[in-house]
Amino acid sequence: MAPKTTPEIGGMGHSVKRREDPRFLRGQGNYVDDVVLPDMLYLDIVRSPYAHAKINSIDTSKALAIPGVLAVITGKDLEKYNLHWMPTLMSDTQMVLPVDKVMYQAQEVAAVLATDRYIAADGVDAVEIDYDPLPVVVDPKKALEPDAPVLRTDKPDKKDNHIWHWEWGNRDETDKLFSEAEVTVKEDIYIPRIHVSSIETCGCVAHFDKVRGKLTVWMTTQAPHAIRTVFALVAGHVGLSEEKIQIISPDIGGGFGGKVPVYPGYVIAVAASVLTGKPVKWIEDRMENLQADSFARDYHITAELAGNKDGKLTALRIKTIADHGYTDAAANPSKFPAGLFHVCTGSYDLKAAHVEVDGVYTNKPPGGIAYRCSFRVTEAVHTIERMADVMAHELGMDAAEFRMKNFIKPEQFPYKSALDWEYDSGNYAAALQLAMDRIGYADLRKEQTEKRARGELMGIGISSFTEIVGAGPSKHFDILGLKMFDSAEIRVHPTGKVLARFGTKSQGQGHETTYAQVVAEELGFPVDSVLVEEGDTDTAPYGLGTYASRSTPVAAAACAIACRKIKDKARKIAAYLLEAHEDDLEWEPGKFFVKGSPDRAKTIQEISLAAYTNHPPGMEAGLEAVNYYDPPNLTYPFGSYICVVDIDKGTGEVKVRRFVAIDDCGNIINPMIVEGQIHGGLTMGLGPALYEEIQYDESGNILQGSFMNYLLPTAVETPNWETGNTVTPSPHHPLGAKGVGESATVGAPAAIVNAVVDAMWHLGVRHIDIPITSAKVWKLLRDAGVKD
Amino acid sequence: MDKVAINVNVNGVDHAAEVEPRMLLVHFLRETLRLTGTHIGCDTSHCGACTVVMDGRAIKSCTAFAVQADGRKIMTVEGLEQDGKLHPLQDGFFQEHGLQCGFCTPGMLMTGYAFLGENKSPSDDEIRHAISGNLCRCTGYVNIVKAYQYAAQKMRDNGGA
Repeated sequence: MAPKTTPEIGGMGHSVKRREDPRFLRGQGNYVDDVVLPDMLYLDIVRSPYAHAKINSIDTSKALAIPGVLAVITGKDLEKYNLHWMPTLMSDTQMVLPVDKVMYQAQEVAAVLATDRYIAADGVDAVEIDYDPLPVVVDPKKALEPDAPVLRTDKPDKKDNHIWHWEWGNRDETDKLFSEAEVTVKEDIYIPRIHVSSIETCGCVAHFDKVRGKLTVWMTTQAPHAIRTVFALVAGHVGLSEEKIQIISPDIGGGFGGKVPVYPGYVIAVAASVLTGKPVKWIEDRMENLQADSFARDYHITAELAGNKDGKLTALRIKTIADHGYTDAAANPSKFPAGLFHVCTGSYDLKAAHVEVDGVYTNKPPGGIAYRCSFRVTEAVHTIERMADVMAHELGMDAAEFRMKNFIKPEQFPYKSALDWEYDSGNYAAALQLAMDRIGYADLRKEQTEKRARGELMGIGISSFTEIVGAGPSKHFDILGLKMFDSAEIRVHPTGKVLARFGTKSQGQGHETTYAQVVAEELGFPVDSVLVEEGDTDTAPYGLGTYASRSTPVAAAACAIACRKIKDKARKIAAYLLEAHEDDLEWEPGKFFVKGSPDRAKTIQEISLAAYTNHPPGMEAGLEAVNYYDPPNLTYPFGSYICVVDIDKGTGEVKVRRFVAIDDCGNIINPMIVEGQIHGGLTMGLGPALYEEIQYDESGNILQGSFMNYLLPTAVETPNWETGNTVTPSPHHPLGAKGVGESATVGAPAAIVNAVVDAMWHLGVRHIDIPITSAKVWKLLRDAGVKD
Repeated sequence: MDKVAINVNVNGVDHAAEVEPRMLLVHFLRETLRLTGTHIGCDTSHCGACTVVMDGRAIKSCTAFAVQADGRKIMTVEGLEQDGKLHPLQDGFFQEHGLQCGFCTPGMLMTGYAFLGENKSPSDDEIRHAISGNLCRCTGYVNIVKAYQYAAQKMRDNGGA
């Protein structure tokens, strides 16, 4: 689609260079650890060495004897203010600091307040805690056994470790289709615990001004407004009042979902500042971040797919055990405890489906947040894309041909899925065909056949995913009751410059550029004259924040609607200035002119000035608008990825030789930024597919607690991603856009696993759980009798 | 704890200071000198967000003590821009969209500064190995490699830096 605006205006479709870059390139970003206030104190946290233990005593005397240590805060201190527990985003409860027992290794047990970060760390070392270890429950399946120790003894009615049961779909129809099916396949698929590991950890600077009664918190949060409301609700009884709480989300060094929850450290820092009246800084180190902050995934899935011998799929049946750790602190819309997992029918036209999920408590850190995906969508996509591949191989069909046969067809949109989602638009076959053409699919299959004859292991894997983003329509979507709209407030200044503020918060996505491009597209102001601000709750309009790829689907839509309100007023002002009827005016980017007389025109800048200096009699002065956008539906980006792997028979090492990614996120605001989002998303798909996993031993000790053993992909392992796109606009979004930040993370792992299994299917391999380590492949090869 | 006197030249400016022997170089730069462009991303020298150049070599300032910088020349991201002109690496990251959240960027730039000083015409593969001690979660590295190549080309065209 050719851009409607000139490069000077820089509206949609232009690869405008990023307006946030100049400060970052000079080391002039303002991240939370860069914030320094006079008399600021430092908070450091004492953490539990045990996964489950009774606390007998906490001796703070040696810590308090260290010069510079001002206080040691324990659960008993917070209990006096009823602040020792807090609600989670899923309306469960989580300890801020424990009073009597710890529930996972690295849990916060006490906090040391000191004048210096080194002294605070000395204080942490000097706190002496006496524990009695308790039986540990690590495996969620064992947690459900009748004789398992009940973990949440704080809940008087709780007699087991089962949190909730959730199911969706038509069970009877699904069972009937399975009983009638000519072919069925079944796999156990474990999607392990992983961690987003943004390069900046979490932290805050809390400053309570006792005289004014105002709390200001600079905080690594993706959702500053929701945090403000949560603080007001949780700490209202100690005097915090929402109009006197200011949350500032400064530059954020990556979020990916890990900066949505409220962590105990934030709350303790706020409490410490309220008690002392001094600013308090708390910054996690990497090990704390990995060991205690919210995890993602940890889904134990059993999936079954039914179909006919001709390759036509009919039904899907899934049962899942979700390991939530000791509390359900997932970040899902409240109506959906398993998130949007029921988008698991994917890109395929199925007759029926049924999905069940059971949430379970274990002695592990809480979480269940996204890892660069919307609410369990990666789990859903991984399952269906793996199962589709298993079915294709079982039937002896080519994986691409099989997908083509089962795709929802373009003419079926809007399409009601077997699990009740209404997909807005799609052309799945076009994306897959483009990916096949780009990578040279037929030639690769020929090469594979030749190599297999020589005993070499090469695999080709496809993933044709459908994403679901842009939460969401308020009739279904809320978090703690807050509806999931988002907002834009646009002010045009007299000299034709624009201030645009949003309820979202960029963590690297480039909002300062893309939102300005939306204003440029709608109103014709050059992108350079638009200043975008977000992240300060005292100035930005209320919104639910940036996660789940919702900024473009929701906040950019709000921006477009607010701009259209401004344009309506601008038209009236232009008509007055031109002494013409507004129906006789035409718009081209940047000006109104009288039909048939292009010389009789008023630029948007002239109109801006007139709005303050010469506006029509009876009209309010000024040129500004606000919109709170409640999307009518979610958006459904999609794509097809093809991955080629070569496997070293001697070492089991998997080498990604090529990876072609074709994405369709509807109309594109900034092609450069969209491509960058896909590059990053693919790499966050590669990591979990091959390297990343957090495991625990039987005593609940974390085995990957630092970057020494939690492996993130470096530039050496990461392939040179090959990207491309098709464009299928969303019919209901004001800009036809869909959102893209997470598509690649959602779609990539299945393509990689499918490629590895494809290379080894003839050896009897049907499925490999991620991460596909060299050790796993080596063992499978040896079990199959393959020699070096 | 007894303090130790050190003299460190940072970005061409001499700084005399008294520091605790245990103070990390990254904290000296960020908190004593308030040069906050150098970041901290891990505790184990894996992520490279804290990379600075010491006497021409890229080092990780989170695992060096400030006292080890005594008598040495340090260059941080704040020292790249000269006379209001971005260094070719900074320009390359801007032109090629080599950054997103910006947190790993200063480390990536400083690794590149030392690397391109030694290798004027690197292959993509050499660049990928050169930055394998710098982790990025946002970009997928493709555009960082392009940014390095952009800078290398520009530096060759300029006959040096």
